[in-house]
Amino acid sequence: MGAAAVSMRGISKSFSGVRVLDGVDFELRPGEIHALVGGNGAGKSTLMKILAGVYTLDAGTFEVGGHEVRFHSPHDARDTGVGMVFQEFSLVPTLTVAQNVFLTREARGFAGLLDDRESERRTRELFRTMEVDVDPRRSLDELPTVYWQLTEIAKALSQDARVLIMDEPTAALAKTETAQLFELMRRLKEQGIAIVYISHRMEEVFEVCDRITVLRDGRIVLTDDASKLTMQQVIDQIVGRKLEQAMEWKERHVADGAELLLEIRGLESGSRLRGIDLELRRGEILGLAGLMGSGRSELARAIFGIDAIHAGEIRVRGRQLKIRGPQDAIDAGIALIPEDRRAQGLILDHSVRDNFLLPLLGRLSRGGFVDDGKGDRLAQSFVERLTIRLRSIDQPIRLLSGGNQQKVVIAKWIGTEPQILLMDEPTAGVDIGTKGEIVDMIRAFAEAGNGVIIISSELPELLAVADRVLILREGRIERELGRREIQTEEQLHHAVQGVS
Amino acid sequence: MAERVAASLPLARARLVGAVRGFDWRQYIVYIAFALVFIYFSVTLHGSGFLTSTNLLNILRATATISIMAVAMTFVIGAAQIDLSVGATAGLASVTTAMTIQDHGMVLGIVVGILTGLVVGSVNGALVAAFAIPSFLVTLGMLGVAHGTAMWVTNTEPQPILNETYNNAFGSGDLGPVPSLVVWTLVAVVIGHVVLRKTSYGRRVLATGGNAMAARFSGVNTRLVTFLVLAAMGMTAGIAGMLYAGRLQSGRFQWGEGDELSVIAAVILGGTSLFGGRATVIGSLLGSVMIGLINNGLILAGLESSQQEIVRGAIIVVAVALARRK
Repeated sequence: MGAAAVSMRGISKSFSGVRVLDGVDFELRPGEIHALVGGNGAGKSTLMKILAGVYTLDAGTFEVGGHEVRFHSPHDARDTGVGMVFQEFSLVPTLTVAQNVFLTREARGFAGLLDDRESERRTRELFRTMEVDVDPRRSLDELPTVYWQLTEIAKALSQDARVLIMDEPTAALAKTETAQLFELMRRLKEQGIAIVYISHRMEEVFEVCDRITVLRDGRIVLTDDASKLTMQQVIDQIVGRKLEQAMEWKERHVADGAELLLEIRGLESGSRLRGIDLELRRGEILGLAGLMGSGRSELARAIFGIDAIHAGEIRVRGRQLKIRGPQDAIDAGIALIPEDRRAQGLILDHSVRDNFLLPLLGRLSRGGFVDDGKGDRLAQSFVERLTIRLRSIDQPIRLLSGGNQQKVVIAKWIGTEPQILLMDEPTAGVDIGTKGEIVDMIRAFAEAGNGVIIISSELPELLAVADRVLILREGRIERELGRREIQTEEQLHHAVQGVS
Repeated sequence: MAERVAASLPLARARLVGAVRGFDWRQYIVYIAFALVFIYFSVTLHGSGFLTSTNLLNILRATATISIMAVAMTFVIGAAQIDLSVGATAGLASVTTAMTIQDHGMVLGIVVGILTGLVVGSVNGALVAAFAIPSFLVTLGMLGVAHGTAMWVTNTEPQPILNETYNNAFGSGDLGPVPSLVVWTLVAVVIGHVVLRKTSYGRRVLATGGNAMAARFSGVNTRLVTFLVLAAMGMTAGIAGMLYAGRLQSGRFQWGEGDELSVIAAVILGGTSLFGGRATVIGSLLGSVMIGLINNGLILAGLESSQQEIVRGAIIVVAVALARRK
């Protein structure tokens, strides 16, 4: 077997008095893909950031390749052969792929001046060994997410990384892109590179990983070969109790004659969306599925008035509407929960209360002054109703875990009492326990006589809540599937991929 | 595999559509605007001597100090910082140079002028880098400090420079047919362009401006970069002040007053992103010369200076608005 690639012993770490890791032992073998799973706040990211040199540890020791090390910066870790593909990317969007890969280690030519062509040649070579096709001269901000990850991996490999840490690498990827990434991971594994794979997606963990470690509340509760475990066992360990079958379809009654909330005919928007027709009735949850770039998010943006609509009509409760901007949509009772909660959903430095009340300020103010008492009570009642875990509503929202942040985003919009809720990837990067709670929130919202349009790359989620699923491809609606027509997740996968 | 990747992603098609639809004209707006303004003035002001080589060299000479400061400002803005103290620093350096030349001769005068700028810039850089105070505030404060110091040490009186060699080298003289100010401009632009495009320092500046966190994680000392861009800016402003002093054969606290706005406008007009990460020295030069071109054309067209200011301001806003990325 040889020496472990990484061996961590008795790792402890606290942040402002809160113990996040408590005596963790973690071992990574060369040439394995090792899943690190657990709920939000379980300590996965913290443990890996210690390994990647982002955080320093309070207690414990660790070895990389048989030598004890102590990292003071990510740079130290890189030098020792540990590379991390960050959840929030560590690339410079305004530079090209090659410039990013060789940042601070650029190829030099005449008189010590930079030789970008040489960097580009080496980058192309790296991509060839990775067996992917990326143009090293492109500026990163012109490229989709999957290329950012490939660039990060190339960057780590260019520094002879023997250990790769990947934190939720598939969160923003469509199915085919995920498959490509997995193929690449398997090839890297054959070269003896050890990979730590952090993910909330159990299927993917079982598809690609050799061993699984579960963290809960800062301790390791399970480590074993993936082949000896079942998904249910792992999920039970993550949640710490038997998870109610949140992801199971629950019958809700939508009357055939229920009032039509939203009706769209022949909508065109942006350079992609063409001839979109859809209907949404009271109490109905409509799923939108499709690959990345199929126009799912663009459709939500157009309905909410962010992207201009070139043609077609939108009727809300039978009344034709001209949506020129988000304010028109909000006035019509439409709310959008955006895809990227950090960039589009929250003001991270502001308190939970201020974030929650932002869209409600108009309603809470009298003569320009905000009724603070009323605002506090409202925020508090939502925190309790949605079981958002926090110390106080005055806490800056960036201190909350991802799942709880997402709950605040949802609360913020449900608080405006919309009748039509558009949700773009509402459970991305959220742990299983919270996922279940969010799914329940969606059901409850629809049951109260409202309509929901939910966009998701996670098909189990669509299967759990959607009455109908529309499949988008290249800006058009390709198919519509009723819940009863879909027997298995496989079928839905095939429909999304456009094969049957 | 490689083919499959390309085919399976919508990117390949998007790339094709993108190539057909566009030529990203916004990126070249300053070149287009430059050409348009130039052609317009060439035609309408033909009789007023716009196209004569004397007039064109005059434009380059008049904009030299702005162009030179714009080169350093390209690095500052490229690193997502700003420096509002450049005009005041130039004024202060013109004064310290002139006073030193009076008492101790030219060589020491040149050294003191450069040091003045370097000290001001280093203080700016140190405050921003070490204490994470926004450069906007630090340099706004420094604007007052430098301006006030220049007034104080001179009792607001002009400081004449009688040293012919200095005056000729720094702004009044010519090198063959070419004014020395134009030579200074070219030297600054060439150095700036090569450093930005071809050295690891330039790359680190752009990385810091594009995503400071990522740059730090990649091993870039972003604080050092921040310090260096501001220190170099100060030094360059000092040199610009010395050129003012040479051209006008005196040091005075008013030299350079208000230049910060022209310099920043030239850089943004040239296509450098106000948010950092994307920068072009050649663009900054064109931006600066274009502002000079407009000034010159408006004077030849017989507009009053009040009207010139209005037209100039409007043209800058329109050009920047057009150049802005979506």
